[in-house]
Amino acid sequence: MSSTAAVAVHGAHAEHHELGFFRTYIFSTDHKMIGRQFLFLALFMMSIGGLMAMLMRWELAFPETAVPGFGWVPEPYMYEGAIPPNTYNSMFTMHATIMIFFVIMPILVGCFGNFLIPLMIGARDMAFPKLNMLSFWVGAVAGSIMLSSFFVPGGPAAAGWTSYAPLSAVPVYTGVDWGQNLWCISLIVLGISSLMGSINYITTIVNMRTKGMYFFRMPLVIWSLFITAILLLLALPVLTTALALLLFDRLGGTHFFLPDGGGEPLLWQHLFWFFGHPEVYIMILPAMGITSDVIATFSRKPIFGYRAMAYAMIGIAFLSWIVWGHHMFQSGMDPALGTSFMLTTMVIGVPSAIKTFNWLGTLYKGNIHYTAPMLNALSFVAMFVIGGLSGIWMACTPVDMYIHDTYFIVAHIHYVLFGGSLFAIFAAIEYWFPKMFGRMMNETLGKIHFSITFVAFNCTFFPMHILGMGGHMRRIYNPLQYDFLKPLQPIQIFISISAFVLGAAQFIFLANIIWSLARGKKASENPWNANTLEWTAPSPPGHGNWVGAVPVVYRGPYEYSSPEVAEDYLPQSRELPEVSAAAD
Amino acid sequence: MLEHLWFPHDISTFGPRIDFLFELIFWIVVVVWAAVMITMVIFMVRYRTRPGRKAEYIEGNSRLEMVWTVVTAAIMVTLALMSRSTWADIKEHGPPGQVFFNVTAKQFNWEITYPGPDGKLGTKDDVTVENEMHVPVNQVVRIDLTSKDVIHSFFVPNMRLKQDAVPGRIIHVWFEATEVGTYEIPCAELCGFGHSGMLGHLTVQSEADFQKYLKDTYSGQ
Repeated sequence: MSSTAAVAVHGAHAEHHELGFFRTYIFSTDHKMIGRQFLFLALFMMSIGGLMAMLMRWELAFPETAVPGFGWVPEPYMYEGAIPPNTYNSMFTMHATIMIFFVIMPILVGCFGNFLIPLMIGARDMAFPKLNMLSFWVGAVAGSIMLSSFFVPGGPAAAGWTSYAPLSAVPVYTGVDWGQNLWCISLIVLGISSLMGSINYITTIVNMRTKGMYFFRMPLVIWSLFITAILLLLALPVLTTALALLLFDRLGGTHFFLPDGGGEPLLWQHLFWFFGHPEVYIMILPAMGITSDVIATFSRKPIFGYRAMAYAMIGIAFLSWIVWGHHMFQSGMDPALGTSFMLTTMVIGVPSAIKTFNWLGTLYKGNIHYTAPMLNALSFVAMFVIGGLSGIWMACTPVDMYIHDTYFIVAHIHYVLFGGSLFAIFAAIEYWFPKMFGRMMNETLGKIHFSITFVAFNCTFFPMHILGMGGHMRRIYNPLQYDFLKPLQPIQIFISISAFVLGAAQFIFLANIIWSLARGKKASENPWNANTLEWTAPSPPGHGNWVGAVPVVYRGPYEYSSPEVAEDYLPQSRELPEVSAAAD
Repeated sequence: MLEHLWFPHDISTFGPRIDFLFELIFWIVVVVWAAVMITMVIFMVRYRTRPGRKAEYIEGNSRLEMVWTVVTAAIMVTLALMSRSTWADIKEHGPPGQVFFNVTAKQFNWEITYPGPDGKLGTKDDVTVENEMHVPVNQVVRIDLTSKDVIHSFFVPNMRLKQDAVPGRIIHVWFEATEVGTYEIPCAELCGFGHSGMLGHLTVQSEADFQKYLKDTYSGQ
């Protein structure tokens, strides 16, 4: 009722209102523009995070030798191109921080959350468009603060993205002073941005679904973003609190995490991982939603077990609050607690398995079209299976005693975050690009990018399991300092070469984006013959999304190859007079 | 099998139990992974698009959902229950100690404190050396582990043993080495710019050699 009124007002708005350059491209309140802004911000940050990774790979393969082309970096950050230990520590800290907080989250939640939610639920914009704009710009400020930490004396944070206290709490322990402070401040600011975004998403999804868009008719990508927004709303304040306490310890002379003053170092880990584990699912749930939508569309089949898929995500979200201790099995936490966290962690594997089996079920008797987005979505499934299965070893407390803090963990997180989230991001960008920019991405470039990325990714990260099994500690600057790691060095070199190929392949993706933005084939309204509501809007949709009335929904999102119609898709908004009641 | 999978040679009494669990999970994972991948590839080839073909309209199957939920849950819970006792024996209790040390981590060394000629820790004649830990073979060693500054992690790959050293806490660690030799003790938790290269050595000796080492070390004081 009130939302219909709001829709009417927005609709009127859309018809006669030409906005200037600044209101359209910079300080836009249009959810689609904000989505695109998040995308470009994240792609920019990805290039920096990726560069850090490349430098680390050089150091690991060829320890303490000069990186070609980096002789210009001033001391003490590099010595004629050679990376000193503290710079190396800063690199893996900033690589993870940037990739997690400024790439994966802004693309999945900031870009696709913003772009897709109103379009897929049949709303003309977010519930709070100005708050939405503020959310992006606060996020951009957070990013600038993070980048500025590269230029302060002492360099950027070097205590790992997990910033375990007391290492992070006392400047002399790392030799990093303002870099670490700015790291805390940036993430506090980013937390405010996320909070604004998540409140907006939740309100929009709860209140602004179009007529007929019941919860169980929402596409799974919207379900995933809805659940993610709830996790964000509840998890980020915990991180913000921990960061504030850490800043007090660093700047205010308090001892929250310092034992000398009666503080408790493990408190940081509890707070960090109480946020950190839901955070892991914040980064994978939207990827699961994207994958579900892409796989159903290109299999031309309903998603297998739609309700089971939604319930599995809800199950993951609940369980994600009671597994944080599995990051702390060897931390000195009571081992009896470790046993209970082992049990909950084993159980959280179940909904993930359910989702995998349902994706396979969706392929069964489908009519699979191998487009570039589909290839990326399928490789999400294949890589997520590896990332999920390797988690079982870590969940098992005695085995974790050996592989904790080794490359086995690095392999696992990259199979989940790169093999999982990032492949889903490639799929999502290629799938929704026509709707976002009105042009198709180049399929051939997309497939070349996919093939090289898929092979190079596996050559980079699979051997890390072997390093981990050999006992290779993570966050080690020079493996050759250890006798037992010397035989593993050829594997490190192989990984680095693969990583350079992987890094280089991303320029193909970037080139495809730039080329397609300018020269791509003009996209029709519904180029993939998909069912969901965004494909009933123009490509790209104007202000207010739909030219006429907002579409009304008559059925679920995955009615592909329905026996009710001759063609192999049946949009949610198409009215079939005689059978529409029976379809419910 | 594990030594073919790059695992370091095991010299601890609890190592085989950890390796057993690793291998058990390994085979479960290999079977599940192969089953999922084979199914996926078969579906991908068989149901690829061809002209004139239409997908079959299947929305799901509740019985299948039940089966794979229950089977997965049963495997996972069984694994957790099987791991429980191994974990408890290593980290919660364990056999009574025969040899006692203190280990204090600091940026970027391991300080090993031996009890001194009186055989008691915490007395004036205790002897502390850096990074050199000598233990007798086939005896239960108990360590009180702590840190002076940041969190470190006491890691002996050849014993599958890892335990964080936390400032302000004393954490009890035990092990029993079964083979004479020298092994590395890297730090496994990021502890600052000297983290890479923070390395101690564990020398496992016969009882006689160990007593001689203690005597030499104590008289060197």
